[in-house]
Amino acid sequence: MRTKRYVLTFPPEEVESPVIYHLVKEYDVKPNILRAAINPREQGTMVLELNGKKENLDKALEYLKGLGVIIERLGQDIAMNQERCIQCGACTGFCPTGALDYERPAMKVVFNEDKCIACELCLTACLTRAMEGKFRG
Amino acid sequence: MPKTIAEINERIKSGKAVVVTAEEMVAIVRKDGPAAAAKKVDVVTTGTFGPMCSSGAYLNFGHPSPRIKMQKVWLNDVEAYTGLAAVDAYIGATQLREGDPENSRYPGEFPYGGGHVIHDLVAGKEVHLKATSYGTDCYPRKEVATWITLGELNEAVLFNPRNCYQNYNVAVNASDRPIYTYLGQLRPKLGSAYYCSAGQLSPLLKDPTYRTLGIGTRIWLGGGVGYVAWQGTQHNPGVPRDEHGVPKVPAGTLTVIGDLKQMKPEWLVGVSLMGYGTSLAVGIGTAIPILDEGLARTAGLSDEELFAPIVEYSDCYPNLKKSPAWGSVSFAQLKKGLIEIEGKKVPTASLSSYPKAVAIAEELKAWVMAGKFLLTEPVAPLPGPESGIKFQPLKVRERRNDDIKLAK
Repeated sequence: MRTKRYVLTFPPEEVESPVIYHLVKEYDVKPNILRAAINPREQGTMVLELNGKKENLDKALEYLKGLGVIIERLGQDIAMNQERCIQCGACTGFCPTGALDYERPAMKVVFNEDKCIACELCLTACLTRAMEGKFRG
Repeated sequence: MPKTIAEINERIKSGKAVVVTAEEMVAIVRKDGPAAAAKKVDVVTTGTFGPMCSSGAYLNFGHPSPRIKMQKVWLNDVEAYTGLAAVDAYIGATQLREGDPENSRYPGEFPYGGGHVIHDLVAGKEVHLKATSYGTDCYPRKEVATWITLGELNEAVLFNPRNCYQNYNVAVNASDRPIYTYLGQLRPKLGSAYYCSAGQLSPLLKDPTYRTLGIGTRIWLGGGVGYVAWQGTQHNPGVPRDEHGVPKVPAGTLTVIGDLKQMKPEWLVGVSLMGYGTSLAVGIGTAIPILDEGLARTAGLSDEELFAPIVEYSDCYPNLKKSPAWGSVSFAQLKKGLIEIEGKKVPTASLSSYPKAVAIAEELKAWVMAGKFLLTEPVAPLPGPESGIKFQPLKVRERRNDDIKLAK
């Protein structure tokens, strides 16, 4: 069993299809929707955690690709621009998972991509806009 | 035996001075005590890096041909103040770009303002200059639009009326909605606490009664050399203090000045405060001559010994009301990430960068050790705790006092 997180971009014609139902029913994977922006007849985006056997996950991703869904691994989606970051840590007060936190006692601000759920609260909490994300909800 | 600044400068010139950062001084005083530390250490360097709203720069553009008396000026669409001579202007950190929606779509994002213009200039970027005028016989031109770089300006001087606050509030929000302040976005129901001070590295906490720092003092400013020009606006030295003279609430401030052309973009960074506006993160460092045991003691004060007051920002701060008696909290506790208010564990975060403050103190230490940065005697002292100077609120009156007198 493994757990992976993806950012899915749905084509407008698929946003009204019961895609998550098919993932569960046909491919025996456990989806956990972390974030979604789905509107009728518009391109939709979803941050999805999938848990299941490797072969089932692979088949589920094939199914999604077949629908025209663009699949990106999460983690590449929110990034810390080290040049812009001024190491204040204003973001740490917002990050719900501790992906952004102080490394004590030096108080260095670190971004642990594995813990990031792409909630994007850091994007505007950051004073210098050093946190960058592609997924706009 | 007390030392003098002149003696310490001689030691710096001969390469014999013992220079440590304020962080290192904490450990030395803890281990050896202040008397031994005073004998051992000559100079303690401090640092701070955080948003400081009362910041800006005055610029001289030179004249185009024909000449213009600039009546309105915009730099990258951010208005600069031009109520000065023909081609002088002052760009302030909190000025917003023309057409910024501000808080009409609450909370506003404020992506670009005066602080960002200053950063772009220091980064060597081309900045768009637009100016308009009514035209005079000697300055006939009515409009100019061009691009400028910092190097092309005749003068570019960072001149910040209020920086380097001595101690600052820890902001919390007791209301049931999120609020957006200059101390960050505060979660409702005491859901977060934000502070903004370098604590044990903060310049004015380490010489709390301004014994060695005054008008004319040379400082590290924005990566270059600057000077203390005056006490800052809202300088409020008469507040309650602890046994070391450290103020328990925000107190002293500095007006600082320095050549923008010598400064570095990583130490002057434009910032956007959601729902509030723009500002400029400024880096400042000072070098404190350790003249005696008293200065060794205060320069060695630790995060455990320095306290910041907790202030409520949804109702008390905006309405000039007293905050509930939540007391103060040490910087050591703030840095641990959790404080307790009314039995509730409140997570903390900072707007001031501790690692950058360390880097400033380290760089200044290197400058002093290399003999590149000598210490200065203040030309005049800053008003101290006994000066009687107090920060006044604005009294709003509906009629002129003169009219009231006449009516009587």
